[in-house]
Amino acid sequence: MNKWNEYLWIFSAIYLALGFFNILFAWIGLICFFTPLLLSITGKGKIYCNRYCGRGQLFELLGGRLKLSSSRTIPAFIRSKWFRYGFLAFFMTMFGIMIFSTYLVYNGTNDLKEVVTLLWTIRLPWNWTNTSSVSPWIAQFAFGFYSIMLTSTILGLITMILFKPRSWCVYCPMGTMTQGISMLKYKWKEKQDGTAGKRNSRFTEGYGQSAQIDDFVLPDRKANECQRNT
Amino acid sequence: MKKATVNQRECVACGVCVKICPRRAISIFHGICADVDEDLCIGCSKCQKACPASVIQVVQKEVAS
Repeated sequence: MNKWNEYLWIFSAIYLALGFFNILFAWIGLICFFTPLLLSITGKGKIYCNRYCGRGQLFELLGGRLKLSSSRTIPAFIRSKWFRYGFLAFFMTMFGIMIFSTYLVYNGTNDLKEVVTLLWTIRLPWNWTNTSSVSPWIAQFAFGFYSIMLTSTILGLITMILFKPRSWCVYCPMGTMTQGISMLKYKWKEKQDGTAGKRNSRFTEGYGQSAQIDDFVLPDRKANECQRNT
Repeated sequence: MKKATVNQRECVACGVCVKICPRRAISIFHGICADVDEDLCIGCSKCQKACPASVIQVVQKEVAS
């Protein structure tokens, strides 16, 4: 019997479908934005990615069980730090621009644009929903946020088909952010009292109280890496 | 004895390996990277095949006496 959290892919699929019926449902997607951040800030690490990410489960299902993935190895540059943090920076910039355009509608500078922008370039007219029941800026945010969600899903689907099912997780901006927060928290804890990691003796043996997060490889793992490289 | 080893510098801590491991030998260390318990690992390569970042390799290890 599967646990309830293994069905969260249904939530992700319904969310994407609802946007086609009424764009205002896009606001629900903020849950997928704030939950992982709050969990990592409160010290739960990447538990959201590990257990509760509906999108990851959806890719696993489509790519794994439905065999839509070629399961090839992802190019090494995608998992490199510069690419992951670069993509995060790009994503956050686009997010900032979206917030700014929402603000411009809020203060009356711009009119509401009923379009969903795919991959930051392709503008799809999305005017079949009546959004007059809410303030224009609320609708504008919904269009902008849904554009981000749909774009990232498309990117995820492309990399799912080309590489392994959950390839999106490798460069997912939320994943990069929560991992970054977890690293900073660990580093800070170490500085505070040197107690971090004591719950896991294998790690303390490796690093003691001076764990270098930037160089997060256990000594015996380093030896293995060297073996592989030679 | 074959054991899974993680390139922890490039691990994205997504948890795919944790789910797939039949021996529950892998955990995510503080949301930072995957960590293999070599006492439990049987070197089945399931995690290596599933890892989306391809940072897990199953390598021959000497058995500690």
